Amino acid sequence: MEQLIKKLTEAYGPSGREEQIREVIREEISDLADEIRVDYLGNLIALKKGTASGKKKPIMLAAHMDEIGLMITHIEEKGFLRFTGVGGIAPSRLTGARMILPSGRKGLIYHEPLKDSSKLTLEKMYLDIGVETEEEAREFVTIGDIAVADEPFIVLGNRFLAKALDDRIGCAILILVLQQMEKTSRDLYFVFTSQEEVGLRGARTSAFGIDPGLGLAVDVTMAGDTPEVKKMDVKLGAGAAIKVKDSSLITSPLIRDKMIEIAENEKIPYQLEVLPRGGTDAGGISLTREGVLAGCVSIPCRYVHSPGEMVDRRDVEGAVKLLEKMLQQDLEFPG
Amino acid sequence: MLIKELTEVPGIAGREGQVRELIKEQLKGQDLALSGDAMGNFYARWEGGQTPLLMLASHMDEVGFMVMGYDNSGLIKFAPVGGIDLRVVPGKKVYLGDEKTPGVIGVKPIHMQKKAEQNRPFSRQDLLIDIGASSENEARKKVNIGDQITFSTTTEFISERVMKGKAFDDRAGCAAIIEILKSRPPVKLCGAFTVQEEVGLRGAGVAASNVGPALALVLEGTTASDVPESPPHRYSTTMGEGPALTIMDRSFLANQKLNQRVMELAEREGIKYQLRRTSIGGTDSGPIHLREEGIPTIGLSLPCRYIHSPASLLNMDDLQNMIDLVKTILQDIAEGGFPIGTTY
Repeated sequence: MEQLIKKLTEAYGPSGREEQIREVIREEISDLADEIRVDYLGNLIALKKGTASGKKKPIMLAAHMDEIGLMITHIEEKGFLRFTGVGGIAPSRLTGARMILPSGRKGLIYHEPLKDSSKLTLEKMYLDIGVETEEEAREFVTIGDIAVADEPFIVLGNRFLAKALDDRIGCAILILVLQQMEKTSRDLYFVFTSQEEVGLRGARTSAFGIDPGLGLAVDVTMAGDTPEVKKMDVKLGAGAAIKVKDSSLITSPLIRDKMIEIAENEKIPYQLEVLPRGGTDAGGISLTREGVLAGCVSIPCRYVHSPGEMVDRRDVEGAVKLLEKMLQQDLEFPG
Repeated sequence: MLIKELTEVPGIAGREGQVRELIKEQLKGQDLALSGDAMGNFYARWEGGQTPLLMLASHMDEVGFMVMGYDNSGLIKFAPVGGIDLRVVPGKKVYLGDEKTPGVIGVKPIHMQKKAEQNRPFSRQDLLIDIGASSENEARKKVNIGDQITFSTTTEFISERVMKGKAFDDRAGCAAIIEILKSRPPVKLCGAFTVQEEVGLRGAGVAASNVGPALALVLEGTTASDVPESPPHRYSTTMGEGPALTIMDRSFLANQKLNQRVMELAEREGIKYQLRRTSIGGTDSGPIHLREEGIPTIGLSLPCRYIHSPASLLNMDDLQNMIDLVKTILQDIAEGGFPIGTTY
C-alpha cells in the first residue's frame, strides 16, 4: 500500500494537466479492468464487467486524479514568476513551499515584504526558480504552466504525510478495491476523474457518459482534531467517514444508512461527516442527467490544500473494506 | 456599420429580442438555416464542407439594469442585471424599455451632499432614474416594471482604430461570427448567438446541447487592464495586441493541445494574438465544454478597456485579427490539420 500511495502522490498532475498521473494509474490497473478509456476531459474510465451487464444500471466509483497548483501568469524582468491559483489555494500555506514546474525545474515561493501578514494575497507572492533574467526563466517555463508542490511521501507511524493526498489517496483506494474485487452483478466503473479542484468538472462529463444508477466518490475531508481548529466531529484514525452533507451534496438517506448498516455489521470503524464548506465529485455526479443517487466515503485529512497533507492508514484500510463489502452486496436501488 | 448597429441596440440578459432580430436580418439570404430555441438562443447553420460540425458562440446580452418600481415623485427604482460597478453610473444617460424612453441616473448635486456623503461612493439606495415624469402615475404610463435599461452610448471612432461604445462585450463577438458566416468558410458550422451570459452563463450550455458540435470556439469580450495603477503582472490583456487566447478562467481550463495549434496557426499566418493572463471571470466556454461527455472548446477574447461600463473601448484591429484567426482555424480544420479528437 505504501509503495502505491508514494507513486501516486509524487506524480505530477494539476487540474487539466493529468497526463502523467493518468499514465501512472493506467499502468496499475491495466490488467484489472475489462475496458479502459479516456474521455475528452481526461477522465480515466475503467470498466469491470458484471454478470448482469446491460440489464441493470452500472455503479460508478470516482476519485479525482488532479491536485491543486499554481499557474504561471507573468515572468518578471528579473526572472521571478507570478502566478494564480488552480483550485482553492490559501496564500498563508504557500510561503516557503518548494514547487516543481512541468519542465522539472524547481523553485521556492516567497512574498513581497508585508507590514501585515494577514494581508497576504497570491498577487503579492512569486516563485523564485534561481534565475536572474526573464530570458533565462523562459528556458524553464511558459505562461500557462502549472507548478505543484515538490514534497516526498513519508510514513510517520500510522500516518502518511505527502502532497496531493487530496485525492491520490482516493485513487489508491479505488485501485486497492479493484485489485480485490470479484465479479458483481452490475457493471462497475472505476473513474479517475479530472478537474475536480476547479469545479467537479470531470465527474460531470464522465457520469453523463456512464449514466450510472449510483455514484460513489472517494475523497478526503477536513479533520477537526488539531489545536484550535474549527469544530468538526471528524478525526484521524477513527475510521473512514460516511458523508452526510457538504456544499455539493446531501447524501441520499438510502445510501448513507446502507453504508452505516454495512459498517456496523462488518465491524468496520466509521464516523459521520458533515462538512460545512467544500464539495466532492459525488455532488457533480448527483446532478447529471435526470439526477443520480450518490454518496461519498471520505478520508479524514489534516492540512488539506497545503504542500503537506496527512491521513491515517487505518482510515484508508477501513474505506477499502467498506467499499468492497458494499459493492459485493449487489445493492438494489431505484434505476 | 455592423458593429455600431449591433452595439447601439438595447439587449440586457433575458431581453435579447432586438439583437436577435438584427442578427437575423444580417444573415438572411446567405444560404444559412436559421432557427431558435426556447431560451432565446439563435442559431445559423452553414453547410460549407465535409467536416465535423463546429460551433462558434457569442452572447447577445449586455450588462444593464431593470425597472423595479417607482417612487411617489415619478422617479424609477432599478436593479443591476449583470456585473456593473455602481460607482461609474451616476449621472449617465440611459434608455428604458424596448422603445428607448430616455432617462438620467440622477444623483444629489454636490452642493447638497454632506461631507461624509462626498467621501463614499453612491449605493443602490442613492440612485434613481429620472424620466422627466412629475408623478408616479405619469411614470407608470411611460415605463413598466421589468423593462430593460441600457446605457445610451453612441458607438463611434475616437481615434483611427479605437472605437468607443457600450456592449462590445459581446456584440463584437456577434459581429465576428456574422462576418465569418458570410465569408462562406469550407466547413460545417453553426453560429450560436447565446442569451443570459451576463447573469450566469445560462444560454450557452443549452445551445451546446442543441447543436452538439465536435468543437466549439467561444468569441468573447474581456478586460483589458493595461491601464494606470495596474502593475504589469496583473494585466489580463493589452488592447491592440490581438485577440486573447484563454488559458484559464473561473469556469474553464483550456486544452493545451488545442491552444498550441491555435498559436502555431497564428504565428504561421502572422496574425497578432496574446494570452489572457488572468484567471478571473467566467465565459460561455465553461458550460459548453462540460456539456454531455465534454466538448472540445477554445476561448478567444477581445480586449475591451472599461468593460461593463457606459463606455468601453475596442481596437478594430483586434476584431479583424480575431476574424482572421478564426477563419484560419476553420481552414485548418477543413484541411484536417487541427487536432479535433484530442483529450486533455
